[in-house]
Amino acid sequence: MDSATLDAVFNALADPTRRAIVARLAKGDASVNQLGAPFDLSQPAISKHLKVLENAGLISRSRDAQRRPRRLEPKRLGEATKWLERYRKLWETRFQGLDTLLEEMKEGEPT
Amino acid sequence: MNDPSLTVTAVSDREIRITRSFNAPRQLVFDAHTKPELVRRWLFGPPGWVFDVCEIDLRVGGAYRYVWRHPPDTVMGMGGVYREIRAPERVVATEKFDDPWYPGEAVGTLVLTEHGGVTTLNNTIKYESKEARDAVLRSPMESGLKMGYDRLAAMVQSER
Repeated sequence: MDSATLDAVFNALADPTRRAIVARLAKGDASVNQLGAPFDLSQPAISKHLKVLENAGLISRSRDAQRRPRRLEPKRLGEATKWLERYRKLWETRFQGLDTLLEEMKEGEPT
Repeated sequence: MNDPSLTVTAVSDREIRITRSFNAPRQLVFDAHTKPELVRRWLFGPPGWVFDVCEIDLRVGGAYRYVWRHPPDTVMGMGGVYREIRAPERVVATEKFDDPWYPGEAVGTLVLTEHGGVTTLNNTIKYESKEARDAVLRSPMESGLKMGYDRLAAMVQSER
């Protein structure tokens, strides 16, 4: 994933509405109306969010000419989250060490 | 109850946020991040690395420095300057690695909140530039090499 793509993906995922749209699409394809339903947003506003996600390669339109439902592009999402997962694991290992230390500190604390 | 699991999210294109809860009062979590003798005990390096130098001058404008060593002769050092300290709830500090693979600085903002004896840690790391962020991301993601992984590990250890 090149730098420009990463910019696009991170910008796209930095917005809570767009993260919710991605989460919804993870459950299955959905039309623009379906995607907009949980939010108090106009259709142009939803379309704008979808455009950002589409430009980042996170979602695409299926070929169904009638509804043009959006679908998730799991590969792109996977690439973007892969390093976050590594990052998470490394921190978790260290924080487990911190858990142990904090328990010792609590025991050693005069009450 | 609190969720003890760790979450890592992209807050913006240059910011990463780490969130984790600890079953301990805030003061202890703060101490574990700011007293060298305590930091040494958990902020260790990847397997095979030894925590060699851990110096902390905990005041605004004061510096901190960490060095990890991998026998026989590989050294990884980083450090920064404290910009803001509000014990036991908030620390803002810059961070920079010695090696040129990591261009520019990042700024880490550590925020601790306590509810009923449980402390929630939020650590937001803002990279100075997209280049800095890319350097961090590119090494493990595109190479998948152990070196990149170790570098990320070292970087991760300092995000405080």
